Amino acid sequence: MATIQIPDALLVKNYIAGDENALAVLIKRHQSKIYGFIYSKMPDRDVADDVFQDTFIKVIKTLKSNSYNEEGKFLPWVMRIAHNLIVDHYRKNKKMPMLRETEEFSIFSILTDTSLNAESRIITDVIEKDLQKIVQELPPDQRDVLMMRIYQDLSFNEIADLTGVSINTALGRMRYALMNLRKVIDKNQIILTN
Amino acid sequence: MAKLYSKRTLATTKMLPKRETINFILNFSKALKVVKASNMNFEIIAN
Repeated sequence: MATIQIPDALLVKNYIAGDENALAVLIKRHQSKIYGFIYSKMPDRDVADDVFQDTFIKVIKTLKSNSYNEEGKFLPWVMRIAHNLIVDHYRKNKKMPMLRETEEFSIFSILTDTSLNAESRIITDVIEKDLQKIVQELPPDQRDVLMMRIYQDLSFNEIADLTGVSINTALGRMRYALMNLRKVIDKNQIILTN
Repeated sequence: MAKLYSKRTLATTKMLPKRETINFILNFSKALKVVKASNMNFEIIAN
């Protein structure tokens, strides 16, 4: 027995008139083509489902607000909406790409925790404390230049101005400060690496 | 009889959206009411 298929145009008309069942028939009739089309452009089932849902939300809103003009082309119209939403999706994702972990791709290959672990943190603390102690042992003029240069990030010009000496003296003091630091470190065999 | 070396295609299942997605769309359709007032459209969603 041949089954009589109600044309899309009539179903749309019925739906606009308030027949909710007409929409179910339309979806059932075209879901495979529409979903297949979306999935061919974005092979992720969850995303494809989202776009499918958004497509029909748009269809429903257009039909219910009576802004759809029937030209007997329901499916191409829905396909065009889906296509526009796919374009929108990629445009949005270009700005903020979404990465999903797969067997071949691990999210941790691009995402790393750069903060130190507990052990490294303790070692860094100890090194800093040791270094501060050694710096305190330096002659005051050398220590001042070193502190201003390293900790306060001043230029040698500024250091020269602040300490009231020439820039060459400031440079020389820095040089002696570093030499003295190295000497103390070598002498006491202090390890300052993490 | 000649042996067939071609494999049967596995991708015969139709691609279909999830059941929940369809249900959501149908429920959304039932809940949505668009009211036209002059040149404006108001969307009312009944919960």
